[in-house]
Formats: sequence, structure tokens, C-alpha cells
Amino acid sequence: MAVPHPRPDPAADAGPAAAAATAPFVSVRDLTVRFVSRDADVKVINGVSFDVLKGEVLCLLGESGSGKSVTMRTLIRLLPPTARLGGTVTIDGIDVLGLPRNDLKRLRGSLAAMIFQEPMTALDPVFTIGQQIGEALVEQKGMSWADARARALQLLELVQIPSARRRLDNYPHELSGGLRQRAMIALALSLSPKLLLADEPTTALDATVQIQVLLLLRELQKELGMATVFVTHDLGVAAEIADRIGVMYAGRLVELGAVAEIMDAPRHPYTEGLMRSTVHAGMRGKVLDAIPGAPPDLADLPPGCAFAPRCRSVREHCLAVEPAAETVGPGRIVRCLRHGDDPAYAASAPLAIG
Amino acid sequence: MTLAVVPENPRLPVSADPRDRGGPMQPMLLVEDLKKHFPIKGSLFSPSRAVVKAVDGVSFEVAKGETLGIVGESGCGKSTTARLLMHLIQPDAGTIVFDGDPVGVVRGIPVDELQRNMQMVFQDSYASLNPRLPIADSIAFGPKSHGLPKSEARERARDLLGMVGLNPRLFAERYPHELSGGQRQRVNIARALAMHPRLVILDESVSALDKSVEAQVLNLLVSLKDRLSLTYLFISHDLNVVQYVSDRVMVMYLGRVAEIGPVERLYEAPQHPYTRALLSSRPSMDPRRRVSVPPLSGDPPNPVNPPSGCRFRTRCPLAEAVCAEIEPPLAALPAFPAHKVACHAVAAASGHSGTAVPV
Repeated sequence: MAVPHPRPDPAADAGPAAAAATAPFVSVRDLTVRFVSRDADVKVINGVSFDVLKGEVLCLLGESGSGKSVTMRTLIRLLPPTARLGGTVTIDGIDVLGLPRNDLKRLRGSLAAMIFQEPMTALDPVFTIGQQIGEALVEQKGMSWADARARALQLLELVQIPSARRRLDNYPHELSGGLRQRAMIALALSLSPKLLLADEPTTALDATVQIQVLLLLRELQKELGMATVFVTHDLGVAAEIADRIGVMYAGRLVELGAVAEIMDAPRHPYTEGLMRSTVHAGMRGKVLDAIPGAPPDLADLPPGCAFAPRCRSVREHCLAVEPAAETVGPGRIVRCLRHGDDPAYAASAPLAIG
Repeated sequence: MTLAVVPENPRLPVSADPRDRGGPMQPMLLVEDLKKHFPIKGSLFSPSRAVVKAVDGVSFEVAKGETLGIVGESGCGKSTTARLLMHLIQPDAGTIVFDGDPVGVVRGIPVDELQRNMQMVFQDSYASLNPRLPIADSIAFGPKSHGLPKSEARERARDLLGMVGLNPRLFAERYPHELSGGQRQRVNIARALAMHPRLVILDESVSALDKSVEAQVLNLLVSLKDRLSLTYLFISHDLNVVQYVSDRVMVMYLGRVAEIGPVERLYEAPQHPYTRALLSSRPSMDPRRRVSVPPLSGDPPNPVNPPSGCRFRTRCPLAEAVCAEIEPPLAALPAFPAHKVACHAVAAASGHSGTAVPV
């Protein structure tokens, strides 16, 4: 299935300074994902590379269709059978893409666990919360049901569910949205994963509940020292939880860096536009500086830079050449010709967008 | 706004509208004690029926040409209020007065005329369009069924598409699935405008859009409002967006109005403990000043059996004995008559020890 690909040495890639002691816990190199069906071949991820260190939160930020969720799901190969994967994904030394299908169980739950956006569809409606957490412990850790129930109770207390003992015997529909999401976090933590994957876990929640769940996740992540990949479309959420942000657009990571650096001084025109157009206090009465147009169709990506048709700094050169990832500072990567030292960009004519 | 049509007399912009009946001082919409209780059917063995008090005595007014924002969490009754105003569901009690004419009573305006003057844009842009109709037909459907000849209705549809920023030559014959989310929402806005409404209810209309597209649609809504002298009722859970578009804001909690007031006042000096919590629940947008303590614990309670007295008291940091006994009335602050709050801690002589002193 996967296209044969020379495996780069992650240590060599990150530079000699990053030696074995600080070797990244998760390493993704040149990841490509295509969804192939009889009449379509859609390139969803087009060469994504990043690392996640132990105890670090990386936020993947992007709009719908940018490939942020697919990238995350690839980490535990939670993709439909039509997906064709390329590149390498290593978690704690395990080559995820090379793993036989039957061994994926080893990976899911105990090494990496996932929290989904909609707890009502992710939890099984016909089993109680206690049964669902208990099942994981009995199946994977060989616990007795009595021990598993005791551990499930501890977990519900860990995620700060009030009157946890009573909640063990509740079905998902008997819980409020916030409690359901907490129960799913407890389920994800049940096998003590070293990597937590969170796919928009607070998007469906009310504002007052969203901030509670965000703070809980931040607390748990610090306490348990988990590496975390957090997918969101909301800049505000990313600012609350991320150590680093990776901005995705049309299946590529267009900007990567520390959260404060990106929020203070975005370098990619898309990130800049996103910041400018996000509504916040003090914008009343002003016309919003929106990014024109709409995200591109992944089945029909334009040549060159995918953001070029919406970009304010677009030049003729951008339509022809796809920008490579440029390192523009320590740990700061931008995919934009404006930041390269390509004389052709400087020489080519600016274009009007529209 | 630059797009505004300059009326003959700039001091009377709204009454330049020939459809205006009540004059500029008459509110566009006056809602008095609106109620909707949904019974939950008991089963064969437990015939006792519970009632969801989705909207329980809501009163407010919307002035001509203004935007009233409604915020609140899920289950607070904001969408039910919108549907009651549109008469998509029938209110159990309460009166609605549209530009001086009571709705649905003898000598008032009939419901179908109200619905012509009041249109709604929903959250799900795809579900609210007919997948089998080209979008121009969807937009022309309303005017056609109200008696406009087919060719004129289609002409109007094409004009409206242009007005919402979609080139009619390229888009008129497309089907909803061929458009992006932002484009579909523009179509929904065009369809709402096809009946030349005076009031448009926007129920989470930008919530499902991507951020970069949301800003475009918000700009469109603001410019359309000026161009067509519209009045908006803007429902959203996004406090930043509501602050951006609204002139006044109404905060709802479990079917009741907690606080209502001018937008600057409400965001700068919120009086109700719930409004304060809601405002401080917003992410800080600054990684160096992160929120460290959640302003509220727990979820909103179930609207089936709301707490006695003040409905917010179970989550309120200021709750006292009086809050469980007496439901606080929505009362204007003495210093700011336009700012109304339903809280014992704010009202004078309510029996509450009053830790919050009105600013």
C-alpha cells in the first residue's frame, strides 16, 4: 500500500543538537494521505512533518478540510480502508505505518488514546460509563471486573465528575454534555496512554463548560506528562492550551512554532489573515478584514502555493512554484515563498487577488 | 457604512420606508411575557407528565434599525424564542406586537403577513436548502408562491444573488451541494431577503462557518442591514461575534431573561453573575494570560425541573436564601434605565445582602 520511501533519520533531521535524550516522542516525516476510490483520488495530506516532545501540547489549527483531523488520525491509523499512506510516523520508537493491522491494538489505548468531538456518538449508548471504562481495563490489562470498577471510579474522580460513584452506573444519555465529555476523557486515560489525541474536544460544548474542560485537560496533561496533539479550528482554544501551534492549510503544515510567537507575529499570510479576521472585542463598527474566497477543493489543488488565490502577498512566482518549508527561527517553520531567499519571488510581479 | 442608501431626510432614515406604520419611536417588535412549555409524554406506566419550560415569560423589544443580540447556553430558550416569533411553533401565552400591530388577533396583522415581514436564516446552511432545486429557484420560491410572476421572481432571485456577492451568471443554476458552506449561507441570506422583510432573525447563522469565511458573512450582514434598513435579531453562543454585530444584547438562562442592555454597557459592566461568568469564560486569546480558574462549575441544569426562585442560584457564587424563594424580576437599574437585570444581589431592598453594588 504505502509508496516505498527512504526513511530519514529523525535525529539527523532535527539537527545534531537534538540528541537521543530529547528525541521526539512522536515524529512524523513527509506524511501523505490519499483517499482513493474508483472515480477519485483525493490528496488530503501532502507532505506533513512535525515532532511532538514528551509532555508537550501541539495544536493543529486549521479550517474544515485542511487535513488536521486526518493527520491526527493517521497517528493511530484510524482511517477508512480507502486511505493510502506514505511517509513515516514513529511513536515512541514504533513505526506506526509499518505495523501489521493486527498489532494496532498494541498502539491504540495504551500508547495513544483519542478523545472525540461528539461524546454521544463516541460512547456506546447501551453500556454504562462504568462498563465501558471497565471493559478496556479487563480486556487490555487483564484486571478482574471488581478491580476494573474500582479503577473506573478513580478515573471518574480524576476527571472531576461530581458524585462519581453514582455516575458509574449511568448511561451516556443520562449525563449532560460536559459530564459526557469528562467521561470520555476518563475512558481515554484508562490505559494510561503516553500520547493523548484530542479532536476538537470542546467544540460542541457551551462556553462555560468549554473552559472547564480545557482547564481540566491542561491540568491532566501536566500531571500525567502526556504528549498531546490537539486539533482545533479555534484560535482562542489554541491560545489556552497549546505549547506549539501547527497551522494547516490544504493538507500542508504552513506554519509551525511556539504559541506565543505565532500569536504575536504570524509569518504565513494565511495565519496573518486568520488572526485579522477573527472577531474579538473592540472591533465594533469596523469592517472585518476577511480572507477573500474559500478553501480550495482538495481534489483539484492549484499548482504552486495552495493559498495563492486568496493571498494578499501573492506574486506570479507563487502560482508556479510550491513553497518548501523554510526554517525562519528556532523551531519556527513557514511554508511561504515570501520568507525564502528565492530571488525569483522578489523579481516576479505582484498580483491582485480576486 | 459606505454602501448605505442615503434617504431624502437623513434624520428620519427608517420612516422613509413606506411600510413603516408606527413611526420611528414604535419598536419594530414588542414581545410581552412569551411562554412555551413542551410537555414530555409519560409512558404507559408512568403517566405523570413533566413539562419543559423552554421559554417562560420572556419580554423584550427590538427598536427599528437596531440589532438585538441574544446569547445563552444550550437549553436557554434562545432558538425557541426565535421560532415562537416566526410562529414556526405556537406560543402558549404572550403577545407579540409587530410595528404597532398585534400578531394573530382580530384587527392585528395575520401570521402570514408577519412571516413575510420577518424572515429567518438558520445555522445549517445545507439542511435549510432544497437539494433538488437550483439555488435561484430556491430564492424565487417564496416570491412566486406569494403571487409574483415566475419571470419577475427569477429576476429578483438573480438580483439578490448579486447583492450577497454571488455572480448570478455563475451561480444561479447551481445546486446546493456544488457550493461551499459560506456560499450556501449567502444563498440562505438571499432567500430570506427575497420577501423584502423588515426584520431578519439570524439563528446561529455564522456559527458553522470557518473563521475566514465567518468574517466575510458578517461583513455582508452588516452592509445589507444598512442598504436595506433591516432590523436584526442575532442569536449566537459566540460572545465576540454578538459584541461585534449587536447594538443591544439580551442574556438568557433557562427560559428567562437574565440581563438586557446596550452592548458597551453589558460587556463593560455586566451586572448579573451569569453574564459575568459567561464573559469570563471566553478564551483569553493571549497565551501569557491564560484563564486559570473556571468561572462556573457544572453544566446548565435541566430545563425540565428548573430550580425554584432564581434559576441561576444553583451555580451562582452570590446565592442566598432569598434567591431560592423569590424569582427575581427583570428590573431596570436606577442609574441606567436601558440596562435591566434579574438578580436579587443587584436590586435594592430585595432581601439579599447585596455584595454586588451596581456601578
